[in-house]
Amino acid sequence: MNAAMKSIGLTLPGFVILSGLALSVADGSGWVGVVLALVATGLGWFVIRGLARHFSGAGWARLSAPIILGLLILVVWEVTVRAMQVPFVILPPPSAIAVKMSTSLPILWGDFVQTFVKGALTGYILGCGAAFLTAVAIDRSPFLQRGLLPVGNFVAALPIIGTAPILVMWFGFDWQSKAAVVVVMVFFPMLVNVVAGLQETTAMQRDLMHTYAASYRQTLFKLRLPAAMPFIFNGLKISSTLALIGAIVAEFFGSPIIGMGFRISTSVGQLALDMVWAEIVVAAIVGSAFYGILALIEKGVTFWHPSQRG
Amino acid sequence: MIKSALSVLTVVAAIIGIWYLACIPMNMHEAVQQAERAGAEVTPAKAIDRLQMGGIALALKNPGLVGGAFGQERPRLPSPEQVAAELWKTTGAMAANGRAFSKRSLIFHGWITLSATLLGFVFGTGLGILLAVGIVHSRAMDMSVMPWAIASQTIPILALAPMIIVVLNSVGLQGLIPKAIISAYLSFFPVVVGMVKGLRAPDAMQLDLMRTYNATRAQTFWKLRLPASMPYLFASLKIGISASLIGAIVGELPTGAVRGLGARMLTGSYYGQTIQIWSALFAAAILAAVLVGLIGLIQRLTLKRMGIQA
Repeated sequence: MNAAMKSIGLTLPGFVILSGLALSVADGSGWVGVVLALVATGLGWFVIRGLARHFSGAGWARLSAPIILGLLILVVWEVTVRAMQVPFVILPPPSAIAVKMSTSLPILWGDFVQTFVKGALTGYILGCGAAFLTAVAIDRSPFLQRGLLPVGNFVAALPIIGTAPILVMWFGFDWQSKAAVVVVMVFFPMLVNVVAGLQETTAMQRDLMHTYAASYRQTLFKLRLPAAMPFIFNGLKISSTLALIGAIVAEFFGSPIIGMGFRISTSVGQLALDMVWAEIVVAAIVGSAFYGILALIEKGVTFWHPSQRG
Repeated sequence: MIKSALSVLTVVAAIIGIWYLACIPMNMHEAVQQAERAGAEVTPAKAIDRLQMGGIALALKNPGLVGGAFGQERPRLPSPEQVAAELWKTTGAMAANGRAFSKRSLIFHGWITLSATLLGFVFGTGLGILLAVGIVHSRAMDMSVMPWAIASQTIPILALAPMIIVVLNSVGLQGLIPKAIISAYLSFFPVVVGMVKGLRAPDAMQLDLMRTYNATRAQTFWKLRLPASMPYLFASLKIGISASLIGAIVGELPTGAVRGLGARMLTGSYYGQTIQIWSALFAAAILAAVLVGLIGLIQRLTLKRMGIQA
């Protein structure tokens, strides 16, 4: 424990002080700033190594290690951009992105509602719901299963995003076309997962339900759907990232003058890279939060599954 | 085998059938309008009344004109044989004329996209494997990098594509490399996650056996971990290659590119050339299927030689 305290007790303050120093001298300092930042990075890496060596079991260490790595990258990015005076149009420093975000909150909120709430979420619910119902329906027919599963697997690997221009042409520029793209994108990954999940029960379990004289409906709701939950959540999680991608990329093909994809493509055109990065940060937060919420629900629903009991 | 082939064929036939049927309501308005211009009797006679009717109702009122829904020059939904004809016209027929690499040929555009895909795939896979090796061998990397690798999958990285293209363009990089970088980024994470799982696949017993042989870490890696990871590697390569194809296609969109399958889709959507969009989409789908199939073949040969799979 003593050695552990020593290793982190020495490197952590060093890392903080050096980072502060590098940040304060950064502007136009050239290689001096970069070298300072790199030394700070080295110290930060020793902090992470110390955490990994001595506290690898602790929850707080598992949480702080990636955070420290994130800080390292932010410091190197900020200092390097300012010290070497990288042109703004190539890479703005993180601080400029943060300032842009705080000054344009209404725009970011409007884009978020347009792209995520209206486009991605609507399409996600429709697409996953349709895929779920289809999966339950074809589950009763082995013929359809044999036929539809290979096709579904094939379609799930295709560049579905290519349907975006077609769907934008059909459903117009507003969020309906984005929702349609999302529906098409999430349908097959979700379908394949639900069908696989519904086959998860063993013959023994189904026989048991049979001896209980359980009807098809009872077997479905009490045995097979709960058993399928890990697969269903896997499909939901994969679809959650696809949904956001689909909604954003579909806006590249035409949109009203609001939306994350629209903002990204027009801001790139104006070389307003801080705005682009701000939208990317929003997308990252939204994407991670969406995924995290699903993971939390999964934890509650599938508490019995080995992967959740570690 | 024959049974499942039959089911797949049935499903595919059903999809094509639905496609043909869907052409009628989608294209009926245009068909009726053309018939009216040609002087035919149509119901209802006023264009404004027709606009408010659904496609199906219009088809029922004008059963004689249903044939006009097929074979239009710019249909909302081209029929399967139109797409097939366009595909043949821009690939096989041009190749037969010795113009396989003319600018109007899909072989040429497909090659442009394919070269970016493959370059990005090779980069992404190599980097992914290297990172996975690092993560498996260093606790510090495992604790700090792995959470970011997982979190980054929830971020719609495709939204970054336009920025990467423009930024690299401003430093003088054009054409192949920016697209390949996007492809590499997309194929990178499936490989990292799959390889980490694969390199950790040997159980404690096998690792202990290596220890009793007094094997070094390098020997354990080459003789146990790497061979054990092969099934995982191929599974993630299949995901990776279709992801890098998507990356290359999306990478072609934002610059208003003139070459590549993505550019064909974009120009098609600008000029309302639906048949062109659909044929580019199918070319991309065929390309994805061939690439995934190719990796599947290599997988079977490799695993067979290694004695893992019969």
